[in-house]
Amino acid sequence: MTTLNDNRACFRAGLRDGIPIALGYFAVAFTLGIAARNAGFTALQAFVESLTNNASAGEYAVFSLAAAGAGLWEVAVMTLVANARYLLMSCSLSQKLSPDTPLGHRMLIAFDVTDEIFGISIAVPGRLNPWYTYGAMAVAIPGWSVGTCLGVVMGNVLPLRLVSALSVGLYGMFIAIIVPPSRRSKIVGGLVLLSFALSYAAARWEALAGLSSGVKTILLTVVISLAAALLFPVKDTETEEAAS
Amino acid sequence: MNIWLYILVSAAVSYLIRVTPLALIRREIRSRTLRSFLYYVPYVTLAVMTFPAIVDATQSPLAGLLALIAGCLLSWFGGSLFQVAIACCLVVLAAEWFLI
Repeated sequence: MTTLNDNRACFRAGLRDGIPIALGYFAVAFTLGIAARNAGFTALQAFVESLTNNASAGEYAVFSLAAAGAGLWEVAVMTLVANARYLLMSCSLSQKLSPDTPLGHRMLIAFDVTDEIFGISIAVPGRLNPWYTYGAMAVAIPGWSVGTCLGVVMGNVLPLRLVSALSVGLYGMFIAIIVPPSRRSKIVGGLVLLSFALSYAAARWEALAGLSSGVKTILLTVVISLAAALLFPVKDTETEEAAS
Repeated sequence: MNIWLYILVSAAVSYLIRVTPLALIRREIRSRTLRSFLYYVPYVTLAVMTFPAIVDATQSPLAGLLALIAGCLLSWFGGSLFQVAIACCLVVLAAEWFLI
């Protein structure tokens, strides 16, 4: 049984844990805003994109595709592929919630399933009270969307030298997500290196010049991940570790 | 293509991915292959998107390469998401100061 006081306490705890996440988001979202600006998004459009997507890699893919004038199906498939990990996280979160959690709460939590919010939500002892996640969302979502918006606005007035430096912030974040598991698992580490190599080959190989970078990313991701799943199926404990 | 359409499509897909398992699946996925595939996807797709894009993002490709190496090393030795992102930016700033 949860009382109103429990919910308040959980919300405050989530708010507290969400503050460092929001600060990190703000800096990374700023660099994402620069990518949005380069793709022709206005500050309002970038703000709405971040407010409604809450996904770094997925949004970056959308900006790249938009810059290339890609079709909507390409955007849909790429968003699906870039955010596929959230499918797995939502599966785990559904196990973390009490089975009698109403649909409304499930739908609200779903709005901001990100690496970080998921990470702190799954780390709560016992069942997850949705209000904890709402507390974190209350600071993380503004940090993310306002950061993106300011990236578009301020990116215009920043010197080229600074824009060049900030544009790698996002890749730094991707690196921070893929390297720690590479250290723990030789298979993941090998896959990351293989992905670097094949991605480089696909980007430079003349025969593939007709394919957009988005399509190349989709193809490489599906082929490499599927081959890895068939060759190195993971034990249940590993997927749980990845989720926590 | 209207940018608002891109936003609408990406927002709808992003939300559906997240809400479908939470709303519908209350039991664990049993297929080991599907679980494994979903486990590997994030690492593979982020790696594919990082390289060689990071080298093409900077004014000097060498600066991007140095940022990649520095970011990997810092993350390997425990750097947080925020620290790694900032370190990559600083490396590019410093490298291009000398290179350009």
